[in-house]
Amino acid sequence: MSTTTARTTARTAERTRRVGRVAGRTGQYAALVLYLVFLAFPLLWLISTSFKSPQELASIDPTWIPREPSLDNYRAAFDAQPLLRAAFNSLLVAGTSAVIAVAIAVPAAYVMVRHRSRVTRAGTAWILVSQMFPLVLIIIPLFLILRNLRMIDSLPGLIMVYVVWSLPFALWMLQGYVKAVPRSLEEAAAVDGASRLTTLRSVVLPLLTPGLVATLMFAFVTAWNEFFFALVLLKSPEKQTMSVILTLFVGDEGAADLGPLAAAAFLATLPSLLFFALLQRRLVSGMLAGAVKG
Amino acid sequence: MSLTAPRDRAVPGRRGTPPPRTPRRRKQALGLDHGAWFLLLPALIPILVLSVGPLLYGASLAFTDSQAGRTEPTQFIGVTNFSDLRFDDLFLDSFRVGLVWAFCVTALQLVLALGLALLLDQNLRFRWLARTLALVPWAMPEVVVGIMWRLVYHQDAGILNDTLASLGLIDSNLDWLTNFSLALPAVIAVGVWAGMPQTTVVLLAGLQNVPLELREAAHIDGAGVWRRFTTVTWPALRPVVLAITALNFIWNFNSFGLVYILTQGGPGGETRLPMLFAYEEAFKYGQFGYAAAMGLAMVAVIAVLLALFLRKRLREDVQ
Repeated sequence: MSTTTARTTARTAERTRRVGRVAGRTGQYAALVLYLVFLAFPLLWLISTSFKSPQELASIDPTWIPREPSLDNYRAAFDAQPLLRAAFNSLLVAGTSAVIAVAIAVPAAYVMVRHRSRVTRAGTAWILVSQMFPLVLIIIPLFLILRNLRMIDSLPGLIMVYVVWSLPFALWMLQGYVKAVPRSLEEAAAVDGASRLTTLRSVVLPLLTPGLVATLMFAFVTAWNEFFFALVLLKSPEKQTMSVILTLFVGDEGAADLGPLAAAAFLATLPSLLFFALLQRRLVSGMLAGAVKG
Repeated sequence: MSLTAPRDRAVPGRRGTPPPRTPRRRKQALGLDHGAWFLLLPALIPILVLSVGPLLYGASLAFTDSQAGRTEPTQFIGVTNFSDLRFDDLFLDSFRVGLVWAFCVTALQLVLALGLALLLDQNLRFRWLARTLALVPWAMPEVVVGIMWRLVYHQDAGILNDTLASLGLIDSNLDWLTNFSLALPAVIAVGVWAGMPQTTVVLLAGLQNVPLELREAAHIDGAGVWRRFTTVTWPALRPVVLAITALNFIWNFNSFGLVYILTQGGPGGETRLPMLFAYEEAFKYGQFGYAAAMGLAMVAVIAVLLALFLRKRLREDVQ
């Protein structure tokens, strides 16, 4: 008798568990959908707004799908502000600074991983400590220094600032990738009589390429998206980057021509979105790669 | 004998370890040889000249009356800037706003990102799509995020008022970003949205380090979802959570661009974060010294909070 009771209880328990699992799965999907809606709807709204006519934007009852989608806002955006010029400036600044930052970060990251010493430990500590300081503490002296060098309102000055600013994260990411390169390969090269520079160039660098590309794209996106330094350091309209030019669409009273603003904002996002789509897989490993103890 | 000993010690260079004599030993002391220095310097010099140096310079400016566009030389004025700060109500207000903002954004980011990371760690269908979409806010320029949410919050053309009205939750359209009691919560929501991907990615990577055998063992032992989370997942995840929370707090407390675009610190300073205030002080009114003092005060607050946070963590780990 006691065995039958036990069996029934077990069966009920099994059934409850199965019902619970199905309910759990449904709940998980529901939660995931809620998350995705929360994360995606602002971007969809931006895109939708960018295709709406001024009349539709002024109407009281906004809709998700534009009633008469048109490209007028995009045309108007290019007329209102020198967008192409700004895009070119952003491309120049972000591209150059990313290349320089990665070029000087690769050898440094290599040394930091392979030659533990007081200097490299201090470097690693600096990467973390530098995160703590508010930008205002660094921008005032940079502003004064660049002013003395007559490099305020100049793109090379901004490039210099971006290189240093993106170095900590580049070093962090690259260290992780360097750690993943098997040490035995380098030792083999050393046995064959290769100098350190040769080893770095012909053994480590080829293996580092995927990580290099990821770091390069990340540095590019950070510089492309950057706003504060550009806002302070650039003055003339023809030198502004994308981020700063967007703020010019918003008038002094906060009144903005919503359609062209949305169109320009969407265009400014495209390069970053594209790179992130390519980066996506590497980002997760890259973020933590630097943190793995070697 | 006993008289000569102290004099000996007073000779410079004889204190502590004597400097290494041979080149080989000198190399070891710094731990790097020529080749390594050659590889390190291209990165080290820019960091020293354009990051470490300016930071020290900036910190020293806090003790001067440095101003923009002044001809007479800058003077050292000691801690006057800091004693002024103590009575600057606007500054104290901005600090309060900054702390509320940083605490709320960091806490909400953690809770929401943890939920999302746990979901993305499950073997659900369309996980790849979800993982990609979850990164979108990270890819967007701060300025665009600000503009985008201005469109969402827009009084008439915004989707938020429209949705709330059709759900019958509000009677008249609200102006989210200029309303005294709504502006700060509205801005905090944007801050959470913008910072979620980084936190999620870090937590997700942390989750993948939780030993699978442990989870399975707990499952076989009949531990429920909640019990599995508290006894297996959370202890393994805790170091990652602490690290990302500390970093998030620092980033949020120092954040600028998002709120600058959304409200410029309005209405009436209700969303004026310390960084916005310091920016105005430095580049609108040209008070470099005073703004640098604000920056140092921000560092001090962060350092104290971080020390408390990490000490508590260390003590818990010991127990």
